[in-house]
Amino acid sequence: MLVMAVCMFVLVAASPVRMGYEVGDTVADFKLKNTNGKMVALSDYKDVKGVIVIFDCNTCPYSKAYNDRILALGKKYSKTFPLILVQSNDPEKSPGDSYDAMVKYAEDHGYDFPYLFDETQNVARNFGATNTPHAFVLKKEGAAFKVVYIGAIDDNARDAAAVTKRYVEDAVDAVTSNKAAATTKTKAIGCTIKWAD
Amino acid sequence: MTRFIAILLFACSTAAAAQDQAKIVKLPELQELISSKGDKIKVINFWATWCAPCVKEMPLFEKLGQERTDVQVTFVSMDLDLDPDPSKVYKFVSRKKLQSKVVMLDEKNPNSYIELIDKSWSGALPATIIVNSKTGQRKFVEKELHEGDLEKLIAEVQ
Repeated sequence: MLVMAVCMFVLVAASPVRMGYEVGDTVADFKLKNTNGKMVALSDYKDVKGVIVIFDCNTCPYSKAYNDRILALGKKYSKTFPLILVQSNDPEKSPGDSYDAMVKYAEDHGYDFPYLFDETQNVARNFGATNTPHAFVLKKEGAAFKVVYIGAIDDNARDAAAVTKRYVEDAVDAVTSNKAAATTKTKAIGCTIKWAD
Repeated sequence: MTRFIAILLFACSTAAAAQDQAKIVKLPELQELISSKGDKIKVINFWATWCAPCVKEMPLFEKLGQERTDVQVTFVSMDLDLDPDPSKVYKFVSRKKLQSKVVMLDEKNPNSYIELIDKSWSGALPATIIVNSKTGQRKFVEKELHEGDLEKLIAEVQ
């Protein structure tokens, strides 16, 4: 029996299946420390249509390329569909992503939305976030938050002026007008999340 | 002055050599490179000059390519996705004196080409494909590799 249990465990541990939310899944609540020292929980967001969660960091060139666009997203939907940035890189692996460095980065860039430190990396693991920036659009249904979109912010990292598809904005607009998002999942090149050993 | 010219000539020649070494390719050529039949184990590593874990694991690939005649290593730079100027890659290749083959992918719309390279790839770097070009058996990993990992992955496709 024990042997079987061990075998099962090994099989599960070794299975290549990626964990994480799929479109339609309900997201578990999380509570993380913001750069202003206060805790922020997903369940704090009561009177919203949904939230945009983006896994991001200080150091990735893709995050830098998208920084202005991320700031614009934060402004555009601040009341109805607020933005939450989550930083999940292990500071041992990526020293530029320590909590102190996050505090400075948020100040320097004028973040007026939460920039949360996922110290245990559990939130990134639960979401199945793989790279930065990695966006998740969540729709509020009653008290629950459901995933409606997973992937890139838009279809051109290099050049904001050459973007033809604004995936995150389209998903948010679809939710606010009670429609289904046209694109629910995309992939993009990016920096891997720096997992602790 | 002659010394300056000599340095200039040297700089030009190494840059030119790097350009020969790091060819710009489109998706069909890359797909051919991954899936063409042969008798070697192909190890294809996706990287970028800005990616710290990629740069860190590179010597493992270089060593493998030099030590094993049954293995063919290719570095596929994804730098052009973010910066259209290839010179950063040329400089990197000559500075690091890379011995393995280097190509740069020049494609638009990563949302479609990432899937076509490997279904299980999220797009995060580094990523590595190992293919037995005789049998077509392949492995995909999306993480930084450490000493001994490549040998294990190769054994799994043999």
